[in-house]
Amino acid sequence: MSPHVHTATTVQSCMRDVLIALAPALIVSFCFFGLGAVLVTLTSVASCVIFEFVIQKYILKVTPSVSDLSAIVTGVLLAFNLPSNIPLWIVIIGALVAIGIGKMAFGGIGCNIFNPALVGRVFLLIAYPVQMTTWPVSGSMGYTDVETAATPLALFTQWFGAETPEAADAIMAQMPSALDMLLGTTGGAMGEVSALALLLGFCYLLVRKVITWHAPVAIFAAAYIMALICGYGAYGSLQMLLTGGMMLGAIYMATDYTTSPMNNKGLLIYGCFIGILTILIRRFGAYPEGMSFAILIMNGFTPIINTYVKPTRFGVVKAAKK
Amino acid sequence: MNMKTFKLGGVHPAANKLSDKAPVVVAAIPAEVAIPMAQNLGAPSKAVVQKGDKVKVGTVIGEPGGFLSSYVHSSVSGTVTKVDVVPDATGKKVPAVFIKVEGDEWEESIDRTPELKKDIALDKQQIIDKVKEMGIVGMGGATFPTQVKLTPPPAFKPEVVIINAVECEPYLTSDHSLMLAHAEEILVGVEILKKAMGVQKAIIGIEANKPDAIALMEEKAKAYPGTTVQPLKLKYPQGGEKQLINACIGKEVPSGGLPIATGALVQNVGTAFAVYEAVQKNKPLFERIVTVTGKSLAKPSNFLARVGTPLADLIEAAGGLPKDTGKVISGGPMMGKAMPAVESYMVKGCSGILIMPNEEARRKEASPCIRCAKCVNACPMGLSPYILAKYSQKNILDKAEEERVYDCIECGSCSFSCPANRPLLDWIRQGKGKVMGILRARAAEAKAKADAAKAAAEAKQEPAKA
Repeated sequence: MSPHVHTATTVQSCMRDVLIALAPALIVSFCFFGLGAVLVTLTSVASCVIFEFVIQKYILKVTPSVSDLSAIVTGVLLAFNLPSNIPLWIVIIGALVAIGIGKMAFGGIGCNIFNPALVGRVFLLIAYPVQMTTWPVSGSMGYTDVETAATPLALFTQWFGAETPEAADAIMAQMPSALDMLLGTTGGAMGEVSALALLLGFCYLLVRKVITWHAPVAIFAAAYIMALICGYGAYGSLQMLLTGGMMLGAIYMATDYTTSPMNNKGLLIYGCFIGILTILIRRFGAYPEGMSFAILIMNGFTPIINTYVKPTRFGVVKAAKK
Repeated sequence: MNMKTFKLGGVHPAANKLSDKAPVVVAAIPAEVAIPMAQNLGAPSKAVVQKGDKVKVGTVIGEPGGFLSSYVHSSVSGTVTKVDVVPDATGKKVPAVFIKVEGDEWEESIDRTPELKKDIALDKQQIIDKVKEMGIVGMGGATFPTQVKLTPPPAFKPEVVIINAVECEPYLTSDHSLMLAHAEEILVGVEILKKAMGVQKAIIGIEANKPDAIALMEEKAKAYPGTTVQPLKLKYPQGGEKQLINACIGKEVPSGGLPIATGALVQNVGTAFAVYEAVQKNKPLFERIVTVTGKSLAKPSNFLARVGTPLADLIEAAGGLPKDTGKVISGGPMMGKAMPAVESYMVKGCSGILIMPNEEARRKEASPCIRCAKCVNACPMGLSPYILAKYSQKNILDKAEEERVYDCIECGSCSFSCPANRPLLDWIRQGKGKVMGILRARAAEAKAKADAAKAAAEAKQEPAKA
């Protein structure tokens, strides 16, 4: 039955493109964080692939689908969300939660409700808060003995909490510039520090038509406007976009096929809410970083968005007018 | 160039126009033809000849079997050997007239001179009658009887004739080669269609991958006021009637409504040529250009072939059926039908025969849906194929109806674009078939109820009058 021809795009090629798009950020993280970044990434990818294979083969008793490369993508994204000096056993636990609970418990690829890498990340954040929030500064190449520093987001939170204008200024003096954030010479999780490398990957994904622009652009626009409203100022609001996993989350996590809405209108709504929630959590929440939670919350709303937001139909608007 | 296209969805399959440089070759007349009596959308025609009858090229051998039906003419001269059944492109058995070929004698009424005849002597109604008499049907593949399409319900006011010369199906080049060979005749055909519809404007839509045809038609069209050529951006399914209207004049055919509701009447470029031959040359539709193509075929060709020619003969003329053939498709690769057997015969609606090697024909195994929404972005009707496929598979028909499965034009863009190789359209077709059945039943029931109410009301009034 027709059609008798088929696109060359496959699940595997999509995932391969995502990995290619993540490559610049991966290289940057290796350059800035050295051995630690390599170890954490390898551990995370290997554990994700092994857990997926073992769970599918021995527990679910289905043909393992690791060749679709999606477990590798999860592994890289999980690693990107971790500090480069985190103990490797924590990485392995994170991978188990990401693949086992985040993905396989729901039935594997295409069936999960929440982004697996984020499920792993948030679990670790709650279970191991100290290790998960001790951020090495960029350029500390070792694994165990690293310099650590407060992230820009933590500084912002302190700034809002400062009691005197002098104290606020002192905190602001420690703040890296937007250019530093763009290049990635600040403290933070491995994959989130260089906004530029992540944006480069975004361009690649758009050119290859792996993702559409809707969700990321909606997130950036909504987050910027919300940050302005919340009093971060024009420059501070720009910094909000460049730090704390905003780029990583908007480009690579919020656009996850399975856990985002199925049409462009839905993606715009979903993106706007992620942007707004992220800034609200950063400004008023207990955690300085809100991206992960915002995406997970909106992942939960995706089925509802899919139910109520339908694509633009052909030949319907005019019929309704008559 | 001011290029246009339709607004929603669409995909870009590899064009593979292997035969676009091949000239039109007149195919040899076979020793025997079998002319199917079901060559149009609607009711099949009724055979009006019997075994032993002598026929000429152009002799009527089938009459309309209903309102939505058409005449069928003999494509050869010779003796009727039998009226039997043959498999059509889908394998369904349909009645056919077998004729043993003797010479090539045409009916005297047919003007066989090659001169271009520009003056249109017939009036509106005479044109429509002539089109019916000459057995013209939509040549794009839908084979809708043209005289019916030329008489839209009086509520609609036609404004423009749109000529479908898009040929967005990969591989096919029959329309392309027709335009290069018969540009002037097509333009006169367009004039005839304009006259039949009582409109002043015509737009010929051609996709940008045929620059020579665009240039030629634009040049020749200068002599025909009101007729313009509209180059179109490459995008499948631009040749779909709704998509073409949207691309050319920006209007949308309302869901469930007739295309003429936009004021546009779409005719295939091959139909325009057939109309020219019918009206100006008195020639019935018994031959057409057909592309015989495929990567494994020795000589991808464009043949001018008589209706009823065994498809095997045409494949032979294009270099013979390769050994590793996996599929023989009637039509293009996106919407064509894989034929269960090659023992089939040329019909009026056959624009191409595509040979696919085993390797290409085999479908890859489907994996689970990853919800990437590529099918949603590909759908030219703004539907959500992933969910239509699911509802169809699980037989949840009320939900499928809610999701407008009846709007599906079966273009195959969803299946084409699916990275998980899911045969979405296979499932959707089943669901659509069932939902259409329900809609028809519901409409029939509503009509019966309305009729009963009317009868009851009349019955009530009767005694009052008395």
